[in-house]
Amino acid sequence: MKKRLIALSILSAVCFLPQAYAAPKTFVYCSEGAPSGFNPQFYTDGSTFDAAGQAMYDRLVQFQPGETSISPALAESWEVSPDGLSYTFKLRKGVKFHTTKDFTPTRDFNADDVLFSFNRQWKADDPYHKVSNGNYEYFTGMSMPDVLKTIEKVDDYTVKFTLNRPEAPMLANLAMDFASILSAEYADAMMKAKTPEKVDTDPVGTGPFQLVAYQKDAMIRYKANENYWEGKPKIDNLVFAITKDNAVRWQKLQAGECHLMPFPNMADLKAMQENKDVTVLSQEGLNVGYFAYNTTKKPFDDVRVRKALNMAINKPAILEAVYQGAGKVAKNPIPPTMWSYNDKVVDDPYDVEGAKKLLAEAGVKDLKTNIWAMPVQRPYNPNAKRMAEMIQADWKAVGVEAEIVSFEWAEYLERSKKGEHDTLLMGWTGDNGDPDNFLAVLLGCDAVKDGSNRAFWCNQEFNDLVQKAKTLNDQGERAKLYEQAQEVFKKEAPWATIAHSVVYEVARKNVTGYKQSPFGLHQFKTVDLAE
Amino acid sequence: MFKFILGKIILLIPTFLGITLAAFLFVRLLPGDPVTILSGERGISEERRAEMIAQLGLDQPVIVQYFTYLKHILQGDFGQSISTHRPVVEEFFERLPATLELAFFAILIAVLIGVPAGIIAAVKRGRWPDHVLMGSALTGYSMPIFWWGLLLIMLFSTILGWTPVSGRLDIINYYFDPVTGFMTVDAWLSGQEGAVKSALHHLILPSVVLSTIPMAVIARQTRSAMLEVLGEDYIRTAYAKGLPTWRVIGIHALRNAMITVVTVIGLQVGSLMAGAVLTETIFSWPGVGKWMIDAISHRDYPAVQGGLLFISMLVMLVNLIVDLMYGWINPRVRDGK
Repeated sequence: MKKRLIALSILSAVCFLPQAYAAPKTFVYCSEGAPSGFNPQFYTDGSTFDAAGQAMYDRLVQFQPGETSISPALAESWEVSPDGLSYTFKLRKGVKFHTTKDFTPTRDFNADDVLFSFNRQWKADDPYHKVSNGNYEYFTGMSMPDVLKTIEKVDDYTVKFTLNRPEAPMLANLAMDFASILSAEYADAMMKAKTPEKVDTDPVGTGPFQLVAYQKDAMIRYKANENYWEGKPKIDNLVFAITKDNAVRWQKLQAGECHLMPFPNMADLKAMQENKDVTVLSQEGLNVGYFAYNTTKKPFDDVRVRKALNMAINKPAILEAVYQGAGKVAKNPIPPTMWSYNDKVVDDPYDVEGAKKLLAEAGVKDLKTNIWAMPVQRPYNPNAKRMAEMIQADWKAVGVEAEIVSFEWAEYLERSKKGEHDTLLMGWTGDNGDPDNFLAVLLGCDAVKDGSNRAFWCNQEFNDLVQKAKTLNDQGERAKLYEQAQEVFKKEAPWATIAHSVVYEVARKNVTGYKQSPFGLHQFKTVDLAE
Repeated sequence: MFKFILGKIILLIPTFLGITLAAFLFVRLLPGDPVTILSGERGISEERRAEMIAQLGLDQPVIVQYFTYLKHILQGDFGQSISTHRPVVEEFFERLPATLELAFFAILIAVLIGVPAGIIAAVKRGRWPDHVLMGSALTGYSMPIFWWGLLLIMLFSTILGWTPVSGRLDIINYYFDPVTGFMTVDAWLSGQEGAVKSALHHLILPSVVLSTIPMAVIARQTRSAMLEVLGEDYIRTAYAKGLPTWRVIGIHALRNAMITVVTVIGLQVGSLMAGAVLTETIFSWPGVGKWMIDAISHRDYPAVQGGLLFISMLVMLVNLIVDLMYGWINPRVRDGK
């Protein structure tokens, strides 16, 4: 008996000890800002997408981690009709929604959830449309109300989207955070309980992590979703430690209080690269920092003036001083990592004498103008004031006097939308990896009205090419049109394209499996901590 | 006493109305609006913009908006935050305990160090302790908070590893649901071993940083108040009676100097709220200061209005308490003599 007991205890020790001592893995991400809320349909900021859309929700399709290509997610497969007007999705079976204290799902994910998630944003008569005073900014911003004709449930696991016009970026749009799938069953239950707004504050998704607690502006705590359809994440707990100041984020990372930080201060980069405890991750950003001429104002309505001023700017020097060399000089409005990038386009050379000659030819003498510099730091432009000073100095060499102007961000946006500027610094980070998201959004004729075309440049040839490309389904055909559009752009020079920046993140050495997103999002389903 | 309190409270009503108007106008005087900020680099069509402006009630004339706002606040409705779609009252009061906790520890440090430092400097007037203490006070007073905070983090957290960099608790090892919002109290209620220590540990640097300026002001004011009192005849009389020095200074002089000191402490509450904005940003402290900054940059009108109103009410409340304390310290004030 005694021997058996000893054997049993040894056996149990061997079997159970490792589990008993496997401490839960908690990954801490020093995020740059607090989420605006937990329903990704409402908001447009990256902090909310990371904390809600990426952590807790899935979409029909997804961007491959670290890439811009689309892969199946809640839809296992899809078919697009030859005319590009209908998209039929076959949904994945056996996908579970999170269980919370208020809600235990009785069924798996199905077509009703897809219908609920889109109808809520689209149909004003949907009972959830006005819940939480929802504004569906991205849904509207991506023109979904104009594009969508119907969304039908064919059967429990088949959904058909019919469009009013062919919209080539449709699939990419459906991979964006606003297209996250929420639970219709949860929504019904909360409506019955007369607490519909809980759908937005106490999220229930199908995503890799489930919300445990949120302490306002301080931290968000999640636990891994054991039933995740791609398999349980490798970490057990995920914590966002909200740390707005980039210098403090860096101190926290060094002290081991977090494992990963985004948006380092470029000035700290060298120290980070020399630090043995951390790894500096970098990826070419899906972005462009540009300098727009207000083409409705004299003399910037003259293409020769724009070209001449472009030629006066020393872009490599800007890249060195403002981006610390981390990026590429831009010649096109879309970044080189994007399909349809036209590498044959030749940039305006840096040629001071040539610029002077061209200005004289255009009859411009003693030009006095202004340069608007953004007051905020962005991955596409880490220091707009410095950039403006460098352009100011470059222009002085060709006899152009420019005054630097800056406003607080809200005012900057408002005034530049009205066209009060002569020239301004701005930029863009792509939403969905589609060239349309740069070329139409920033340079299309419709964008003049919306205020995102801050050069106020409406060129029929360019606009026709971009609009036509949007209606084609063949990527090769589309690419040809976009390549032509980039040639027109270069010829007309509504902007000086400045740079495509490299985006940095810094991780502790023991972080494995993390992939940087080209969209600047942060996703942790593949992340692990080495022992 | 009752009449005294009532009088003070009645005086608060016009102040309150003035604040609502100032808060309301101030945020609207800023160029840009919530819709512009929301659309960012993307821009927004005129129709959609008009629709959203109308949805937020911002298409009405400002005077109409103001009276609607006033009517709502009298009914206890402070509106909904534009960025989060949640009631402003909830948003504010969820964050207030964090600020109060920080401010409490900061003022505690400021008083515990500032008052004795002021007394010592006064008693040793013109000698080296006076020079050292007042020199330090001047340095503390002139210190840019942001730089000072980062400097302390680099020294005590990164290099020496004595204190945490930021946050309110060691989030890897402790987790519990908030009950009161005061981390030290919640940590104690949670019963988790070491949680209270962790919460206090996290409070050290931010409260030292926040206390720096009030501490300097308190030390300087205590010194000058004490110097004035120490020159009075009754102090000489007290010494002449043969009372020990600690009694003369600690009881006879300090009690009269306290009126000035308490006033200064009361006034510091306002500057403490202002300092909290920066301190909270450096230490990722989830209080109302940080929240207000975000609300202003997002042109979240209801949040800014509500926040300004609540903070002003808080400062008014503290000043009321200070007024009442005068009465307690010096009965002549209470009796209107």
